[in-house]
Amino acid sequence: MPVIEAVYFAAALLFILGLRKMSSPVTARGGIVWAGVGMVIATLVTFLTPNMHNFVLIILAIAIGSTLAWVTAKRVAMTDMPQMIALYNGMGGGAAAAIAAVELSKISQGTISVDLIVQILAIVGALIGSVAFSGSFIAFAKLQGWMKKTLRYPNQQLINLVLFVVLVLLGLVNLVIPNPYLVIIFFVLAIVFGVLMTLPIGGADMPVVISLFNALTGLAVGFEGFVIGNAAMIIAGTVVGASGTLLTQLMAKAMNRSLTNVLFKSFGDTGTTSGAEE
Amino acid sequence: MIEGFTALYIFMLAAFTGYEVISRVPVILHTPLMSGSNFVHGIVLVGAMIALGHAESTVEQLVGFVGVILAAGNAVGGYVVTERMLDMFKSSKGGAK
Repeated sequence: MPVIEAVYFAAALLFILGLRKMSSPVTARGGIVWAGVGMVIATLVTFLTPNMHNFVLIILAIAIGSTLAWVTAKRVAMTDMPQMIALYNGMGGGAAAAIAAVELSKISQGTISVDLIVQILAIVGALIGSVAFSGSFIAFAKLQGWMKKTLRYPNQQLINLVLFVVLVLLGLVNLVIPNPYLVIIFFVLAIVFGVLMTLPIGGADMPVVISLFNALTGLAVGFEGFVIGNAAMIIAGTVVGASGTLLTQLMAKAMNRSLTNVLFKSFGDTGTTSGAEE
Repeated sequence: MIEGFTALYIFMLAAFTGYEVISRVPVILHTPLMSGSNFVHGIVLVGAMIALGHAESTVEQLVGFVGVILAAGNAVGGYVVTERMLDMFKSSKGGAK
């Protein structure tokens, strides 16, 4: 329907202009309102998508999610904002992973048949979304003070690498022989990988890591946009993926650290430098 | 549906747009901008709604339902947090002037 496409186009434009405004101190306050208008019209017009059912479930889920987020976001103290960003970002990553799960389930049962490239994007989006999901929750738990210790054990880096290789192999196998059980194992391992990857990173570096997960979620949303065939998701997700990556680099630079340093430094050393930070 | 190369063009142009649009951001706006872009990828709500709307089996409905809850949380929470942050920013700025 042309109306739907036109509204998605307007929403994508509002997002880009909103982000543009948010990057300057004078106009920042108006930027979020522009992006907010884009979000509302995009959400409303989605109800007109052809062949939709489960409307009661959709409205119920939106009500639950919005209420929970509204109450927590209004109540939280100003100093606790970074971990709330991590929490909501993790929810976005989880949502992208959920979309991938539904689509991969349909593909594996043969309900729908799609191009190989769409299947690849669905799996990559599933991996990135799941990692951002579990990693963000660990980041939240650390900043919230629920997880005081920085967990380190021998061969941490090696274990993570092996896990990542296993995930890539599982994804490849699933491309050739789509299987529902394989999909479940894939998601579980991807979530575990997100946890293991974030555990060794110290609390002081968390803002940079949250920014990285923010960019990853954006990328996952963009990929799932391809899978669903939704241009607004592709544009908004990719814009956030790119701007988030740049922002992560800028933030790391402002701390006089490089990104690889933040992500991998703690693996190798025995904790003398990070001990000083904490 | 978006075809192969058209999708690739959209991806490329959107990536450059994202990079350019924030290339001159001052340090003080890093965290609010991170929060703002966190809100923008709340557009995942649209995809989650479509996924749930087209879900057939009970498992798919359950996963889609959770997906919409998470996505709505991302969008609403992201908006409120960003707005509160920028509000504080504006008032301190206004006080200085």
